[in-house]
Amino acid sequence: MLQHDVLVIGGGGAGLRAAIAAAEESDRLSIGVLSKVYPMRSHTVSAEGGTAAVMRENDHLDFHAKDTIFGGDFLSDQDAVEVFVREAPAEVIQLEHWGCPWSRDPDGRVSVRPFGGMTVNRTLYAADKTGFHMLHALFQTSLKYEKIVRYDEWFATSLLVEDGKVCGVAALNLHDGQVSPVTAKAVIICTGGGGRVYPFTTNAAIKTGDGMALAYRAGVPLKDMEFVQYHPTGLPGTGILITEASRSEGGHLKNKDGYRYLQDYGLGPPTDKPVHRKMELGPRDILSRCHIQEYQKGRTFDGPYGHYVHLDLRHLGEKVIDKQLPFVRELTRNYVGIDPVHEPIPVRPVVHYMMGGISTDLDGATVLPGLYAAGETACVSINGANRLGSNSLTELLVFGARAGRAAARDALGRPPIRSNPLAQLAADERRRLNERFLRADGRERIAEIREEMQKAMEKGLGIYRDRATMQETCKTLRHLRERFAHVGLMDRDAVFNTELIAALELESLLHVAETIAHSALAREESRGAHTRTDFPKRDDTRFLKHSLATHTPDGPRIDYSPVTITRWPPEERKY
Amino acid sequence: MSAPPAPRPGLYYPKMPATWWLRRPAYLRFMLREVSSVFIAIFLAVLMVQVYRAGQGPEAYAAFLERLASPGWIAFHAVALGFALYHSVTWLKLTAVVQVVRLGEHQVPPRLVAAGAFAFWGILSLAILFAVLLRS
Amino acid sequence: MAEETITLEVTRYRPREDREPRAQAFTVPYRKDWVVLDALNHIKDRVDGTLTYRWSCRMGVCGSCGMMVNGVPKLTCAAFLRDYLPGPIRVEPLAYFPVIRDLVVDIEDFMGKLRRVMPWIIRRTEQPLTAGEYRQTPAQLEAYKQFSMCINCMLCYAACPVYGLSPLFIGPAAIALGYRYNLDSRDEGYHLRQPILAEAVGVWQCTFVGECSAVCPKGVDPAAAIQRSKVAGAKDWFLSILLPRGGRS
Repeated sequence: MLQHDVLVIGGGGAGLRAAIAAAEESDRLSIGVLSKVYPMRSHTVSAEGGTAAVMRENDHLDFHAKDTIFGGDFLSDQDAVEVFVREAPAEVIQLEHWGCPWSRDPDGRVSVRPFGGMTVNRTLYAADKTGFHMLHALFQTSLKYEKIVRYDEWFATSLLVEDGKVCGVAALNLHDGQVSPVTAKAVIICTGGGGRVYPFTTNAAIKTGDGMALAYRAGVPLKDMEFVQYHPTGLPGTGILITEASRSEGGHLKNKDGYRYLQDYGLGPPTDKPVHRKMELGPRDILSRCHIQEYQKGRTFDGPYGHYVHLDLRHLGEKVIDKQLPFVRELTRNYVGIDPVHEPIPVRPVVHYMMGGISTDLDGATVLPGLYAAGETACVSINGANRLGSNSLTELLVFGARAGRAAARDALGRPPIRSNPLAQLAADERRRLNERFLRADGRERIAEIREEMQKAMEKGLGIYRDRATMQETCKTLRHLRERFAHVGLMDRDAVFNTELIAALELESLLHVAETIAHSALAREESRGAHTRTDFPKRDDTRFLKHSLATHTPDGPRIDYSPVTITRWPPEERKY
Repeated sequence: MSAPPAPRPGLYYPKMPATWWLRRPAYLRFMLREVSSVFIAIFLAVLMVQVYRAGQGPEAYAAFLERLASPGWIAFHAVALGFALYHSVTWLKLTAVVQVVRLGEHQVPPRLVAAGAFAFWGILSLAILFAVLLRS
Repeated sequence: MAEETITLEVTRYRPREDREPRAQAFTVPYRKDWVVLDALNHIKDRVDGTLTYRWSCRMGVCGSCGMMVNGVPKLTCAAFLRDYLPGPIRVEPLAYFPVIRDLVVDIEDFMGKLRRVMPWIIRRTEQPLTAGEYRQTPAQLEAYKQFSMCINCMLCYAACPVYGLSPLFIGPAAIALGYRYNLDSRDEGYHLRQPILAEAVGVWQCTFVGECSAVCPKGVDPAAAIQRSKVAGAKDWFLSILLPRGGRS
């Protein structure tokens, strides 16, 4: 049997950071990293703008904490934020020591740039491929550790739980189609978010919320799922991300009259040089709402992929664009045939990030003993109702490392896993997959259900929400779940069955979609990224609390838990 | 050195056809460059024989030159010259790839490095041509 | 008006049933903003769910979707149908790699080679984190930056006939990544890494076809990394026979 002390599910930024942290915690531990794709394919690779940490004399941990809490509309747990900002600087320096090619000042220090919602320049960056460089630095560094054993292109299909404790996973090896138990004394889920529940997203195809669903199906609640971040600047059609860094370098958002419309929404006055937290450096939730209001006023462009505005970088000049934003230029040239040196870029809001996720404590531990989570898949929570740009890469470092260390200590204290019952559980899982998918004769097609789910989510759970449409979406999702029970595969082959993977991913997506819809329906207020036309005000009396979605056969049950407030009492969020 | 990995069952191992170098223009250009060395080697061998004959006296040298004047040898030398030029051009282009030239903080663009190499080659060739013409 | 279409000739290979790959033609709608990957997704979602290939980010940075398009290694997320009119477009698995199924190739060989070149920072002494970052000037960063842009998409291997003829060759991407760390001002591992790059299956196998650099979607120029490693290797060799103690201080 495949046995490890610590098993990490997911090989992205959080997963690799957790694996290295566990490896460094003790020489006696064996660590597995199991991922449905090769680690360097993980979606961390697509992050562009940067990584926030207090690095300079003019900055202070409290400033970073306050910005984060304020940006999150006071739904962040402030003890978590304090840990986060405190450990961030050491983590980004650690990554520098591991070879990450951070952009540099002339004196050799790592450079910092401004970012949306931040009061000080504190976002480290590697041009505009920060996630790519971080992921490859982490991956290449992880190769140094021989006790980190990788399971590349393995899909974890369920958690193995015995006597109320997590003892590993059942996992499908894509290369031969076999389902095997992989046991571990502690399991860390680092599988990223699930932006693919929406049709229009910056997220890669692999971001299907598998880890969230894995935990959810095992009875672990998903926290604050109603908070889905729209990034204000994605390319129409593909949803390819145009980084916020293009605005922190001085890019302007303009409507069809060439007017910098953000000044009409309390973000002014417009200035030539970017000013912290003003205009284009406002937070993402507000900028995305401004776009929709601009559209409603008839002041956006209309294209084959819907309404859009212009992100104008021309005044920055070729030199700045090539040095600081080369990827933006590469992407727009390759994918929309536009050179930002000479033309403005068409952009519109696009689903980008999930603030919610598997509910964890400060060490990434969940309510299920032996189960940990970190990164976008988890909700600690530091991001509250709206994440500030460049906090997520830092989050996966800080909480990836914390979860890795905690899981390692946990594993050291646990007795060996009894393998017999687990082999039995894995055999059950094998049977489930066979009966459910490989030998079933259902008529429903995966792509159809997926597309209908995405349409329903966009309609009911977009930037602006109201009760009636959300109820309709909830109904549709429930119906889709029933249809999914009759899904049929054309592919019955054991080797590299990507249709089977698509079915498993759709199962995850449907779970995640339901938790988002039901959590959002229950939250009768507007806060951060969750904006309701029928409840336009923030309501601290009723909803200064986290939502917790727990799996039941009839769909998610929504409970609440308190928000931890330490030093920053809630105030009105105005920029 | 490790042994080649054993083929794994189920995988299809593509075979490299003998004509692989005809598949893409770049491969063909590469093969031509490789083949050019054969001609250059033969040319050098002939040159060595020529020097040896020259050492044997004027008659032997004249007889040798007469043989080289045959249409076959002239054709060979024309082809060899073509290959020599082709090889030189590709080789000088390589310098731009291999040699990083720095001026202070900045790297000299590879194109400029290549241009410099070609200019140097041209000047050297002209100098030799001039020297030969001057003597005759 | 009849919908415009284009034909894709896609390589199929089922490991348990086929002895050899074969081509299957699919006719898909033609849209001028579709890439080859969009056409494959259309086939998988609406025509034949058994079609097998890898993809993820569809923005040219995850490196999953490399295939041969009309005989040339390409990221299919960046290969527009409109550039291959009127078709048909041949879509095959990356050349020289063993095929697992359809368009999916086995890259385990590369994963092993990547580890061999030690693509991580090696230091004689680690500076503690409390002492802050290692200082590195923009010029020092520029020295290796290009070679750190590799996304491991394997296009360079599929363009390299040397790799096809002698699979032990470490190959362009792995050498470029090893070389990247040799150039990093923070690294002190040259004496460990260079002997691996310079061994028999290393840089000296390269005959400088140059196609690795031509097909690289990220401008990494692995051919340059290899040729410069040769120069470094040759210099080391001369120094080792000319100077006592191998020329190392």
